[in-house]
Amino acid sequence: MHELSLAQNIVEIVHQHVPTLDLPKVRTVDVLVGAASGVVADSLAFSYSAIVSGTSLASSSMKIEHIPYRVHCRSCGLTSDHDDGLRICPACGSMETTVVSGTELRVQAIELAEEDR
Amino acid sequence: MTVGIVTVERKVLEKNDALAAQNREAFQRSKLFVVNLVSSPGSGKTSLVERTLDHLRGRLSVAVIEGDVQTDLDAQRVAKFGVPVVQIVTNGGCHLDAKLVQDAAQNLALDGVKVLIIENVGNLVCPANYDLGEDVKVVVASTTEGDDKPLKYPAMFRNASVLIINKTDLVPYVNCNLAELKANALKINPSLTIFETSCTTGSGIAEWCGWLENKLP
Repeated sequence: MHELSLAQNIVEIVHQHVPTLDLPKVRTVDVLVGAASGVVADSLAFSYSAIVSGTSLASSSMKIEHIPYRVHCRSCGLTSDHDDGLRICPACGSMETTVVSGTELRVQAIELAEEDR
Repeated sequence: MTVGIVTVERKVLEKNDALAAQNREAFQRSKLFVVNLVSSPGSGKTSLVERTLDHLRGRLSVAVIEGDVQTDLDAQRVAKFGVPVVQIVTNGGCHLDAKLVQDAAQNLALDGVKVLIIENVGNLVCPANYDLGEDVKVVVASTTEGDDKPLKYPAMFRNASVLIINKTDLVPYVNCNLAELKANALKINPSLTIFETSCTTGSGIAEWCGWLENKLP
């Protein structure tokens, strides 16, 4: 449910980086979403399209890059991806693990269509 | 037609995080230890607040911020203990954010208060994302919810540092294996500190409150 307010934050960030006159040129907003960010990526993209509909950003969409929840085992050194969110090393069963990635929720870049001169 | 790229690299929640940092700074200046209490609805957060206030009465000055979607019923319950309390009504909002807490804290008489308990909106999903400026996020899981909750809602257990297993008096009547519940929570977050409480019998409340008192600067 909080995806709507997160999408609103993303629209605000776009407004801060793109001059008003250039907003219709925005094609995609690239967003990193970690598997353990607690955010439903599809819902975020849907919320974004609902918010920008009828505005100068109407022709833009959100491009989501999924980041896996990656855990490094301090006991055996294995790095592994965990869709289930667990912190147990699949090789040695150790819980002495460090989270490497997967909690990101970040606007990475904005792509604009520019007319050739 | 070519494509231009503007590099942004900004956190979606940066606005909330900045306000939370302000809150944290203000709380530290006032030497206030702040607890963000999160759980699903009905796990016993308000009962736990009542038991905590009762146990700490005369030992430690506590203030409370209550968060609910509607009504000030919880603030009324807490006010009976004679502590400073303010109710945030989110009117449909599914979580508290740092701005709501900042505004609410300004309406609290915090002189001499050592602990501020923020009871978040009952929701095991959204509050996990929002830093309020607290010192510690405490997740409550009750035995009636079953022992698989941490696996189904990992974000909340991942971001908390304390787990309180509440309603332990009901274990004989419900399908919940306490050892299993603890193991599941630790699989998500191996560094969780765990307490077992019953707000009906009062068991475990002294241990939880003792931990809280030891945390004070």
